[in-house]
Amino acid sequence: MGLPPSAEPRSVLCQPKAQNLVFSEGTDYGLVLPVHQVAERVEALGQFVMKTRRTLKGHGNKVLCMDWCKDKRRIVSSSQDGKVIVWDSFTTNKEHAVTMPCTWVMACAYAPSGCAIACGGLDNKCSVYPLTFDKNENMAAKKKSVAMHTNYLSACSFTNSDMQILTASGDGTCALWDVESGQLLQSFHGHGADVLCLDLAPSETGNTFVSGGCDKKAMVWDMRSGQCVQAFETHESDINSVRYYPSGDAFASGSDDATCRLYDLRADREVAIYSKESIIFGASSVDFSLSGRLLFAGYNDYTINVWDVLKGSRVSILFGHENRVSTLRVSPDGTAFCSGSWDHTLRVWA
Amino acid sequence: VVLVLHGYIYPLRDPRSLVLRPDETPYRFQVRLGGAAIYLAKKNIQKQGALVDYEKECYDRLHKKISHVWDLVLMQAREQLRAAKQRRKGDRLVIACQEQTYWLVNRPPPGAPSVLEQGPERGSCTASHVHMTKTADFYKREIEYCRRALGRTRVKSSVCLEAYLSFCDQHGPHDPLVSGCLPSNPWISDDDAYWVMNAPTVAAPTKLRVERWGFSFRELLEDPMGRAHFMDFLGKEFSGENLSFWEACEELRYGAQAQVPTLVDAVYQQFLAPGAARWVNIDSRTMERTLDGLRQPHRYVLDDAQLHIYMLMKKDSYPRFLKSDMYRGLLAEAGVLLEMKRRMFPFTRRPRRSSPSPALLPTPVEPTAASGPAGGDGVA
Repeated sequence: MGLPPSAEPRSVLCQPKAQNLVFSEGTDYGLVLPVHQVAERVEALGQFVMKTRRTLKGHGNKVLCMDWCKDKRRIVSSSQDGKVIVWDSFTTNKEHAVTMPCTWVMACAYAPSGCAIACGGLDNKCSVYPLTFDKNENMAAKKKSVAMHTNYLSACSFTNSDMQILTASGDGTCALWDVESGQLLQSFHGHGADVLCLDLAPSETGNTFVSGGCDKKAMVWDMRSGQCVQAFETHESDINSVRYYPSGDAFASGSDDATCRLYDLRADREVAIYSKESIIFGASSVDFSLSGRLLFAGYNDYTINVWDVLKGSRVSILFGHENRVSTLRVSPDGTAFCSGSWDHTLRVWA
Repeated sequence: VVLVLHGYIYPLRDPRSLVLRPDETPYRFQVRLGGAAIYLAKKNIQKQGALVDYEKECYDRLHKKISHVWDLVLMQAREQLRAAKQRRKGDRLVIACQEQTYWLVNRPPPGAPSVLEQGPERGSCTASHVHMTKTADFYKREIEYCRRALGRTRVKSSVCLEAYLSFCDQHGPHDPLVSGCLPSNPWISDDDAYWVMNAPTVAAPTKLRVERWGFSFRELLEDPMGRAHFMDFLGKEFSGENLSFWEACEELRYGAQAQVPTLVDAVYQQFLAPGAARWVNIDSRTMERTLDGLRQPHRYVLDDAQLHIYMLMKKDSYPRFLKSDMYRGLLAEAGVLLEMKRRMFPFTRRPRRSSPSPALLPTPVEPTAASGPAGGDGVA
């Protein structure tokens, strides 16, 4: 594709006119990961004690995805057997349950208003269900089919409102949809294989998102034009999860190559790898704590590793799940994070 | 199972029971082939060839399957054993148990049929279902991408890392998982007081919350309460229409497709038309471009104008807001509240209060696309 690999010296200043390119090298070289330059100056974190505070039992099969409601306590989760459940995870009560007509519901999302959820999987679609407390109403009756892909749905997310959904699919594309009409607003082509994950950028202008795929690439897209604006290819296997750093200037990724990496958008390169010799199983999902100091990553070896983002070291390893961790999200106010697993349960940790 | 339980009893905080579910044992040997082979090779070396019957069978089978990389496997196995000797005993035990358990749970049970419980087949780069025809269009996009990549100014990573340092520093005290939160983390204490105190619309915002409004303009706008106070401040300066215009643009950008023409027209009438009731001051060039674009309205037609007004507020009104008596007053007030101690009766177990689901509450009258839901927090 003509992109220089990120291992080469990357501080480059170019004149916009292609005629006279002036290069000046910076002092950072790819061989020594720059994050260690700042690591010494940072105070070490204190004793780290995190435990499971809630265990949500109710799914009859592998939990594949979950998302938080903006109210900081409700969550929606989806599983292999087609069940989608909305919980008040603080009280552990189930509030809604719907059975999808397909199995492997790999994506689910809570609407910003808290009044609807979206989900999809092997049906190649993304459907929106308004949440209703009316006992006489069948939730499935009000279901709205929004997105249509030509392969499985791997991820979905509402944008800033209930009226738009962004999806990622095994057909190699991402797409932006109008919920009310089901109209395709924009499609994003560029991945060479299945797209597995996406995350919207927390930016002032709110125009970009990042996606990760089986082609080992993480791509940043302009939502307006459908163009890929930046791409990163340093992982050695499928990228299962991508999540923006809270400032929006960087994002983390978790991959089947057993590493998590941090990519900076302004430096246009990878700036950190979070890995250990003893970690040999893929990272399935990642998320940052509120300040971005901690990176929580769920792995296929049933554990959750907590990384110090700045120092590049592991702060803690959390045991509890009895099968691989498939999904992980920090709550909207950062008081806890929730993990879902193939062991049929979800756990809230704090 | 006993073996596994044995291995897991010692160093973990929460002893747990591992239940093997033979009918769901995955049979995936893609990337795991290497891992499994290394594990068995190490065991073979350590026990000097005395593997259990079944393990020996697997070892031989793997040898046949990946014989072309067997040297690598043996090398890796020896390397890992060597590295393991240098580790602390505790670490070694953890790693050994991890590996052993993974092997025990994930190995194909002898004689069992292979159960493919891995989900949909993931395509690799060579998968045919991703249509990558190299059309002229494709190359146009490639050229555009490369041109943009060449023209982009890259910031030195040392500068970017400094930015992380200051962001983490600034937000650290606000991060409940790093610094804790007062009066307590609801998940730990079962008391939702923290959420009540930080509800979207509460009479007295906390000190930390008011502080955050000073971190960046974006954080101020993202908090409905912060935004409301900022609107008040702008009102005093007779520039409230700027924020209203920005909000209307957000509504357009994230609104339903069917609403686009109506919303564009409404914004034009209220904010952009000559003599409009709440006319916004945009530079002539942007105004010209915007009015031009209005002939064919789409959801991004107001982007330029919106950005102009956003920057105006960010560079001009926002800094003044932070220096204003209004903001300083809020900070001071919130500081007083922090001093008041909450009496906690440590032995009383608070019942976990339920809270009304956002889906039950009536939708707010004024739809602001970028703000959060209406409440949903328990009221004392």
